[in-house]
Amino acid sequence: MAVVEQSASRAAPLPATAGLSAWVSTVDHKRIGILYVATSLAFFAIGGIEAMLIRWQLWAPGARVLGPEIFNQLFTMHGTTMVFFVGMPILIGFGNYLVPLMIGARDMAFPRLNAMSYWLFAFGGTLTYASFFAGGAPDVGWFAYAPLTEYAFSRGHSTDYWILGLMTSGIGTLAGAVNLVTTILTFRAPGMTLGKVPLFVWMMLVDGVLLIFAIPPLTAAQIMLLFDRSLGAHFFDTQAGGSAVLWQHMFWFFGHPEVYILALPAFGMISEIVPVFSRKVIFGYESVAAATIAIGFISMGVWAHHMFTVGLSDALDAIFSGVTFLIAVPTGIKVFNWIATLYGGRLRMATPMLFALGFLGMFLMGGLTGIMLASVPIDWQVSDSYFVVAHFHYVLFGGTMFALMAGFYYWFPKATGRMMSERLGRWHFWLMLLGFNLTFFPMHIAGLMGMPRRIYTYSADRGWTVWNQLSTAGATVLGVAFAIFFWNLFLSLRRGKPGGDDPWDAWTLEWATTSPPPPYNFEEIPLVRSRRPLWDLKHPEDPDWMHE
Amino acid sequence: MSQAGLPQSISPARRFERHAPTFELGAAHSAQVGMVCFLCSEVAFFGTLVVAYITYIGQSTAGPTPAEALSIPLAVANTICLVASSFTAHLAGTAMHRGGLGGFRGWLAATIALGALFLAGTAVEWRSLIFEHGLTIGRNLFGTTYYTLVGFHAAHVTVGVLLLSLMFCLSATAALSRLRTGGFEIVSWYWHFVDTVWIVVFAVVYVFGR
Ligand code: HEM
Repeated sequence: MAVVEQSASRAAPLPATAGLSAWVSTVDHKRIGILYVATSLAFFAIGGIEAMLIRWQLWAPGARVLGPEIFNQLFTMHGTTMVFFVGMPILIGFGNYLVPLMIGARDMAFPRLNAMSYWLFAFGGTLTYASFFAGGAPDVGWFAYAPLTEYAFSRGHSTDYWILGLMTSGIGTLAGAVNLVTTILTFRAPGMTLGKVPLFVWMMLVDGVLLIFAIPPLTAAQIMLLFDRSLGAHFFDTQAGGSAVLWQHMFWFFGHPEVYILALPAFGMISEIVPVFSRKVIFGYESVAAATIAIGFISMGVWAHHMFTVGLSDALDAIFSGVTFLIAVPTGIKVFNWIATLYGGRLRMATPMLFALGFLGMFLMGGLTGIMLASVPIDWQVSDSYFVVAHFHYVLFGGTMFALMAGFYYWFPKATGRMMSERLGRWHFWLMLLGFNLTFFPMHIAGLMGMPRRIYTYSADRGWTVWNQLSTAGATVLGVAFAIFFWNLFLSLRRGKPGGDDPWDAWTLEWATTSPPPPYNFEEIPLVRSRRPLWDLKHPEDPDWMHE
Repeated sequence: MSQAGLPQSISPARRFERHAPTFELGAAHSAQVGMVCFLCSEVAFFGTLVVAYITYIGQSTAGPTPAEALSIPLAVANTICLVASSFTAHLAGTAMHRGGLGGFRGWLAATIALGALFLAGTAVEWRSLIFEHGLTIGRNLFGTTYYTLVGFHAAHVTVGVLLLSLMFCLSATAALSRLRTGGFEIVSWYWHFVDTVWIVVFAVVYVFGR
């Protein structure tokens, strides 16, 4: 490692690449990636504060921290923010930064389109939040069920802000997806066949395809809703023959692939990090890639498992339940691949690895409650209860967020040239693990006891109080954990210890260039012969391509 | 972790073997892939609108019905325009590949004219629907779904006509060599796609939906 460290000759930024205007006008994929990630982190702080307020209102029965109207706005904005302005853009940001580096390219396929994607996202997010200053934020829940969203029931413009904000950022996301897929298909370095790209790239490819097919139906549905609200159309107007259930179908046709859109890049990060910190190649590369494709296909056919309680028909319920069980198979395959990679490895318990292991445990929990919910009778019992809230936070937070944190600690040195503090990282990890479970595990129990989601208060005689207090206490711990994370980012950026080009002794191409990489990434486009090109370079006596 | 043999001061980035890039990195290639990706998203978009249309066939609680309001001869004439324009677009492409600037511009102009004719036909149709049949987007579910589906398609035709006109203007300048790199090809893919969507719309709205 010492070898590479000495070569950390960080090029002084050229005058034209410094300063605010350079960031605003940039078309460099690395800078756009950083802009994505930084903006998403700001939204994450906002969404986190909203969650805190929700939790404080639920601390005690009959609490008056927030009124019911504000409460409705907060859970709607929390869910919307976390999904659309944190989850998707931060993952696209990592993809933006990493994919060209990992495939040995100089930039994305369409750099200007890339900048447009980012700015549409930033503008869409801001527009949605502007609703707070225009008479109140959206309060219809993150999936905005009709007919509550029709003008008769949702006066004012809060719902229009929701529609237009998400549509704007959605177009940006779509353009970003087109860009990612095109980059991966056409910009790979010579020799890097699709069978040799890092698994993160595989997952971003399938992610991009999912986005391409999932975002437009949402946009179309939102346009219909907009026409209903402002032109007097009748799509979801039940009194004129319209159907509220159609909105649910269309929303979840987007919404369920969306869950995998938020999960796949996280799986990709884990598939990069676990091997490097186990000092082994990933177990079953082909099966991980194949499972990703399988997940992509199946995820398009499970949407109505969000609608078991609507009363579709027994046959439909049975089909969607079956397909939902089916998607657990490729997901399970991946979990086995990661565990098999760990097995017999020389594990290095650095912070990225801690978060990766945390991911494995927490995501597994979420997956198991997911299988419970896939069976229709159980779902009928606990649908729309806190059990569901617990389930999807184990997947989205326990899964995606833990993986993202692993990604932050792992790639921060690449993007900045500096290491994040391991000491603070450990505090962050253990507090997050504790706070996360303290917040969300009790929600399973509250849900089983019958506590519905989206209620702003409850009475003392229901026996839910203690579980809610545990959750609120846990949320406070989570708040501290994330304060440490932000402090760590800030501190490490200013005086983290230099990381060198390849601090983790890794094997993929992003570690083959300097930290941070020059604007053109690679002086020479590398020639790739195996899945671990940097290993080949470091070990000419025993290169991978002799064995693969 | 033996790393013997790496000179101490050289970043690995600089030490890959020299070679000529063999993989396709050209702009035309990625533009093609990008257009295909975009058209896939359009399939999903129009698919959703069509599903909504089909769901609501016969669900209106008030008139007029499609059978009363829609004029088949006009729709057929429109369809002929658009289908013909796909052929002329194809001929323009063939002419360009042969290097015939005159042929290219002629067929391109024909394509633009046919597209504009289609839009004019739609305008006539909407005028009659609105003023003779009183069908607006808020009148009933038929109006709601009809104007949304047909309107979004017409908007796509409009964009197509604008893009083709842009190509026409470019061909008047010295930029034909740029067109050759694939610009026209990609615009023509878009145009063929919009035509195909119309076939579906025609089948759903004017044949099955009546
Ligand atoms: C920072 C820690 C977090 C806490 C304390 C938290 C807490 C909560 C709570 C209590 C609810 C239920 C509100 C209700 O039903 O009344 C909720 C809803 C939700 N959360 Fe979180 N959450 C956190 C992070 C996240 C993350 C990271 C995501 C996704 C990436 C997320 C996505 C959602 C969604 C989609 C909803 C549903 C909103 C709705 O019902 O419309 N949350 N959260």
